[in-house]
Amino acid sequence: MIGPHLLSLEDLGTEGIVEILNVAESFAEVERRTMKKVPALKGKVVATVFFEESTRTRLSFETAAKRLSADVLSLSVASSSVKKGESLKDTLKTIEALGIDAVIIRHRSSGAPLQATRWLEDIHVVNAGDGWHEHPSQGLLDAFTVRQAWAQAEGVDAASTGSELFQGKRIVIVGDIAHSRVARSDVLAYQALGAHVTLCAPATLLPPSVEGWDVEVTTDLDGLLADVDLVSVLRLQAERGSGECVPSLREFTNSFGMTAARTAKLPPHALITHPGPMVRGIEIASEVADDPRCLVTTQVHNGVAVRMAVLFLLLSGGSMAFTDGEGS
Amino acid sequence: MATRERTHAHPKGAVFVPTAEIASAGDVRRGLTRMAHEVFERHGDVHDLVVVGLQTGGIQPSHLLHEQLVRISGHEIPLGTLDVAFYRDDIGLRPVLPEAATDIPVDLDGMVVLLVDDVLFTGRTIRAALNALTDFGRARAIELAVLVDRGHRELPIRADYVGKNLPTSRAESVDASIDGIMLGRLEPK
Repeated sequence: MIGPHLLSLEDLGTEGIVEILNVAESFAEVERRTMKKVPALKGKVVATVFFEESTRTRLSFETAAKRLSADVLSLSVASSSVKKGESLKDTLKTIEALGIDAVIIRHRSSGAPLQATRWLEDIHVVNAGDGWHEHPSQGLLDAFTVRQAWAQAEGVDAASTGSELFQGKRIVIVGDIAHSRVARSDVLAYQALGAHVTLCAPATLLPPSVEGWDVEVTTDLDGLLADVDLVSVLRLQAERGSGECVPSLREFTNSFGMTAARTAKLPPHALITHPGPMVRGIEIASEVADDPRCLVTTQVHNGVAVRMAVLFLLLSGGSMAFTDGEGS
Repeated sequence: MATRERTHAHPKGAVFVPTAEIASAGDVRRGLTRMAHEVFERHGDVHDLVVVGLQTGGIQPSHLLHEQLVRISGHEIPLGTLDVAFYRDDIGLRPVLPEAATDIPVDLDGMVVLLVDDVLFTGRTIRAALNALTDFGRARAIELAVLVDRGHRELPIRADYVGKNLPTSRAESVDASIDGIMLGRLEPK
């Protein structure tokens, strides 16, 4: 069973991830309708509490909640009491007192959403990105996007394939892995689904814990290009200090950027993803970003259906989700 | 019977234990042919008809009913499927999972929708289906065809075409498909 919270993809397992992807397919169908709203979460209140800037994740979660007919409270930290010195705990307790059902948190500290689950009673907590740790909904929507693209290429219904299409696939995640919570969630999602994952980054941009991950690590991007099914490009996170980890942006682009020349070396069926925001000319060349094999806008589009699935699965289980415990 | 009913009757899921056969596969097919004639009799011109099977128990019966309607009328008739998971009123009481795809192939504005399901019981699934259908346009009329009406309605809902009226007790369970109709009970796994 999924829930009561979504903190890390580690908690879901293959079955949980596949279930979310399948329910998201149902919501993708809802999104193709003229009338895109369903009453599934009518009467529920969802709060988005973002302690870091975000446009797409916040808008995506809020759109998802509204499409499910939930009411949305949106706490903007810039104009809140946090600026007056209120602690995370007090901010959350205040929101709890308003009678909400779920809180979607983004915070610069890894583990903040987990801490929130200890303070809040009977409120579902969704991690929308915590520090360098995880961004589970992004990992899910990336997996959803590539599964859909592969299913389309093979002419099969994505929801009926489970994790089948990931078996034996070779996925390269390239760029600033150390500072990327997306990288961690992507690795967990792709591995749980059965793909072979290779990380490609300069040693300075690899997380200290990479030995514990069951992945291949290399610094030779060119050597990987001939035999790959998906290249997941990550942004160089200047705001988290990755600027000091590379000698120069130009050198980073030369060795690890997804340039037009590198894209030309990919097999014709290979796909490219990027979680956004893209910095054109650094980690991805402008013409590559606009290549039809680059799924970046599809990813944003799919984000809504995947987040609808997450909110629906967490909030539709009733209070059972809090008492059932594991494995029920 | 819907997987949903089977898995939610008991926490660990339940198995259907049949106690009596009510109708054979042949009876069900004959019933569907009769219902197709009733539909044709009522509407004559079936140009604005669309057949929609409810996921998952209504899908197979909807295919057979559609086949008969096409045969009798000589027209092509659109055929769709509907899953009502997102419209149910028991969301929050127990986990509700979408069972399969919704596919409404035409704009329902001005159409006559023939909903098809296996068993009509409390009427709550049909209530959810009526709400769902309004999101696809303003149908001129919505009608309901079921293999079995087993009573115990909790809402003012009735079927227009019924394969078999079957008085039951609440404790009993009904399994109806194109392979036949069985009366039985749900037992924990």
